[in-house]
Amino acid sequence: MNLPKLIYGKYLSFEERLYNFLATITGLTLFNWEIFKQFFIPPYEISEIKKHMNELGVKTFPIVSVTGFVIGLVIVMQSEPVFVRFGASDYLPGASAISIVRELAPVITALIFAGRVSSGIGAELGSMRVTEQIDAMEVSAINPFKYLVITRVVATTMILPVLTIYVIFIAILGGYLALTISQGMNFEYYKNAVVTSIRFSDFIPSIAKTFVFGYIAGLVGCYKGYTADGGTEGVGRASTTAVVLASLVILLFDTVLVKISLMIWPM
Amino acid sequence: MADVEIIKFENLSKSFGEKVILDSISQTVVKGENLVVFGQSGTGKSVLLKCIIGLLKPDSGAVYINGQNIVGMPTKELNNIRKNTGFLFQGAALYDSMTVRENLEFHLKRCYEITDEEAYEKVLNTLDLVSLKDAVDKMPSELSGGMKKRIGLARSIVTDPEIMFYDEPTTGLDPISSKEISELILDLQNKLKMTSIIVTHDLICANIISDRIIFLKDAKIAYQGKIEELSKSDDKFLKNFFSNQIID
Repeated sequence: MNLPKLIYGKYLSFEERLYNFLATITGLTLFNWEIFKQFFIPPYEISEIKKHMNELGVKTFPIVSVTGFVIGLVIVMQSEPVFVRFGASDYLPGASAISIVRELAPVITALIFAGRVSSGIGAELGSMRVTEQIDAMEVSAINPFKYLVITRVVATTMILPVLTIYVIFIAILGGYLALTISQGMNFEYYKNAVVTSIRFSDFIPSIAKTFVFGYIAGLVGCYKGYTADGGTEGVGRASTTAVVLASLVILLFDTVLVKISLMIWPM
Repeated sequence: MADVEIIKFENLSKSFGEKVILDSISQTVVKGENLVVFGQSGTGKSVLLKCIIGLLKPDSGAVYINGQNIVGMPTKELNNIRKNTGFLFQGAALYDSMTVRENLEFHLKRCYEITDEEAYEKVLNTLDLVSLKDAVDKMPSELSGGMKKRIGLARSIVTDPEIMFYDEPTTGLDPISSKEISELILDLQNKLKMTSIIVTHDLICANIISDRIIFLKDAKIAYQGKIEELSKSDDKFLKNFFSNQIID
């Protein structure tokens, strides 16, 4: 796999920046293609995948719990005066739940996940690259791409939907707290309002796109780490650029996937 | 009996951009021989080693290992050849998320069908060869530089390779540890009857291990022969080089 090398330096010309942009897109595409090519070839490294799902996913639960709860709380607190102004406060639980399910929970969870996981993978694989650990696997007749990259990408793809479903529930609970404090709303009423507002078809595109976001978080982190060079500076660069790139690609794909999902499942 | 050619590279060239690192160099290593690739820093010694093992693709030329040209060889076939080789990296390249035992077993279990008990026994026996049996459950971060080199060496030989490659085996070590590692390598070479290429710029190491040395300079093999001959040469460059280092 020959991936284009990026140009590094303090001051880059417009042409060099353009080259880096195109080289990154080409590199990501080729890297992605390599994942598809090698995915079906044994060994499948199931124990490694489980290990990474625990390392990358389960340990992200605390941060997404806090974020999800706060997002649910804040979105209801912010929306409440507007809904009251338009005389639509009865719709607040349902409307906030729909926005949480369809957009806020998947995207915010994905961005937090990218921030924690893509940078972690970028730093870990980058460090393995610059200390020749990846070369050591290769010269020992072990396929490092299969062992290091595919296992991580599968783990991130599988775990992000689980995290998102969890965040949806936590955020809806956060919304309930906001309405209890401001209106003293009872839980049964809130639950009924939410359940009758959300349709199953709200969940499908929302959860489906988190598989894509999880894949992107793993892909970008692995790409940046696996291709890191330039010693410890290169490791830091891999970690930082992995977060930035993964977040951008997630937001870009979100726009596209929202458009597609609205065509397939209109509101 | 004629010497059996184990490693042979012919007209090997490698450049990075405009910079020529190796310019059409050729050499043969016979069975049981310890060839030291010598030269100043940045002369392409490690690049040569990486071309020979297939980590870097040469721009032109051929590399034969046991008679098979590995340049352009499919990965599956190349891996069959690699199973018969060991490689000690400059920084030992131990997997820092694994214990010493896991580092050694990782290669063993993936390359050979072997039970857990057999693998563990093999790991202990190999660690015994490098006198670090007690470190079996340690993490790499708990080891000193010299210990890491020894464990790296143990990991390289745990699969009983016929061919060994050493990339700067004594770099970063104090002179005493450096001598110890060099003597350990020589001892293992003699015990395990391996064929080796050792890249170094450490004269003490070269003096202990080498059967023959080649000297890289300006992308070419500038000199070759036994270290005693080269150290007594009247060549101005060699005289200058050897006079700045002490040979025991």
